[in-house]
Amino acid sequence: MHSNLVLRVVAKLLMPFIMLFGLYVQFHGDFGPGGGFQAGVIFAAGFILYALIFGLQSAGKVLPRGILRFGIALGVLLFAGVGVYNLLVGGQYLDYNVMAQDPVHGQHLGILLVELGVGITVTSVMVMVFFTFARHRPTKGDD
Amino acid sequence: MTEHLAALQVVIPLLCAPLCMLVRYRDWSWIVALFGSWACLIISWLLLQLVMVDGIISYHMGNWAPPLGIEYRIDKVSAFVLLIVSAIGAVITPYARESVRAEFGVNRVYLFYTAYMLCLCGLLGVTITGDAFNLFVFLEISSLSSYVLIALGKDRRALTAAYQYLVLGTIGATFIVIGIGLLYAETGTLNMADLAKRLADQPLSRTIGAAFGFLVVGISLKLALFPLHLWLPNAYTYAPSVVSAFLAATATKVAVYVLLRFLFSIFNVKLSFGVMPLDSILLVLAVIAMFAASAVAIFQTNLKRMLAYSSVAQIGYMILGISFANVNGLAAGIIHLFNHALMKGGMFLALGCIFYRIASVNINDMAGMGRRMPWTMGAFVVGGLGLIGVPLTVGFISKWYLVLGALERDWWFAAALVLLSSLLAVVYIWRVVEVAYLKPVPEDAPEIEDAPPAMLIPTWILIGASVYYGINTDLTVGVAKQAAQQLLGAG
Repeated sequence: MHSNLVLRVVAKLLMPFIMLFGLYVQFHGDFGPGGGFQAGVIFAAGFILYALIFGLQSAGKVLPRGILRFGIALGVLLFAGVGVYNLLVGGQYLDYNVMAQDPVHGQHLGILLVELGVGITVTSVMVMVFFTFARHRPTKGDD
Repeated sequence: MTEHLAALQVVIPLLCAPLCMLVRYRDWSWIVALFGSWACLIISWLLLQLVMVDGIISYHMGNWAPPLGIEYRIDKVSAFVLLIVSAIGAVITPYARESVRAEFGVNRVYLFYTAYMLCLCGLLGVTITGDAFNLFVFLEISSLSSYVLIALGKDRRALTAAYQYLVLGTIGATFIVIGIGLLYAETGTLNMADLAKRLADQPLSRTIGAAFGFLVVGISLKLALFPLHLWLPNAYTYAPSVVSAFLAATATKVAVYVLLRFLFSIFNVKLSFGVMPLDSILLVLAVIAMFAASAVAIFQTNLKRMLAYSSVAQIGYMILGISFANVNGLAAGIIHLFNHALMKGGMFLALGCIFYRIASVNINDMAGMGRRMPWTMGAFVVGGLGLIGVPLTVGFISKWYLVLGALERDWWFAAALVLLSSLLAVVYIWRVVEVAYLKPVPEDAPEIEDAPPAMLIPTWILIGASVYYGINTDLTVGVAKQAAQQLLGAG
């Protein structure tokens, strides 16, 4: 597959649009259909496409396992951390109203951060799952 | 911060899980897990005190009022189960350090603690939530992380065991979500209190009947009620020692709690036991579980598998108590949740100590173990006495209230069966005692010390508690009776 010129060129051309679309779904999720989960899957699909065309090694250079592992944890921390911040400034857990000077701003900021957390974790987990399976070399004991 | 305790109960382990993943230096993630599990214990203790004084605590997530928003609702039943789960977590974490390091190697321990914290978070979440769908979400968090925990076992059969559990657990979860979906279709609400109110006003429709069936079967799979227990023996046998102890002491208990919640708080007693003949179904299954699983336990050579079958039998006692549907029976079920968690948790920890030293839990390797590891084996035997139901242990208290509940319903045969099935427990515990104390130490057995204190002390805390609460029953019986009255009163 490494010599397949058409695939390589098309994939390279598509990559920025996939990422842009992912960002759109991520940040437009506050107003319309979309959100962190869907965006995360789109991002991950982009990386998986890259890995399929250019090989696992180069994909591993773009997203090393350490970063993925960090991303998985960071997203959850961001989500839960927003809730804890709400507690600290005097609201209920995940009550975004208290996050900014007025409730509307607070709700915007809150859902933005929470969805960002979801997006980061979903992307990292999806890519990690793919890498884990792709790197698995069947040994003799496996059936 | 007391008003936020309800949220923190779940949020602290949820935050600790990713932190464990980030702290990868040696086994420092253990410190995070230790902090998390102890904080959970303190919070659940405070919550129980608050609930005993004030009645029900209701917490609105994100300040969205129920029934639309997600509500965390803590009453006496859930506060008691929260305390059980977090207490077991708090005792097992200190033990885990040595055991996990020995079984996984220091490089992979952080994975264990991450999954462990997520599992704790899920179990506490199931117990604390007042929203039926939220309950399903937490149930999946705890189940998924427990599949991971089981698969971490060193034995390669752990993978098949985890896979088997994954398949059956997913079927159970699917049934539960179908049941919740049908209830939502019929009533248009997911909040448990609201569901109960709306269901009480409605005539029994086929949708509600189907929802009831799906929920009972799905939850029974999760709590390993005979004959849906097939995933349990393998899962407990091949999981790492700590995981067997943790899951045996908490996961099935939380599933029993979910069953209580649905049967009594959401559906009412009239529907569950009057319109639906659930009491006789549960009675028959519970009795078969008590006898069949105990009988199978007698013939096991792997002691972890023996305890796993014994767990299936003990779950039978809890379900038996529920099937009586009166205060004493229900209280017996709830007391046994607590008591069994102590005994079985302690016994699995004792087996973990043995595994730590001789890397085997086979009965053939136990010869003379009573002299080689006196403290560990002592803990195992005291726990075993509890399983049998000897007076001055917690097992006696459970069986006492079970018999009272049975007599109250004039089911004297059930009372007789409880006593008869205890004899089977005598047999499988005696087998171990005989080998460990009466057989000589083999000539070629290497000299071993008893388990390290970091493992022995948690084991003895659980076993000691199982004796203490067999003598002083103020906490268990007091709370369980009030909880049972509250469950029955709601219907």
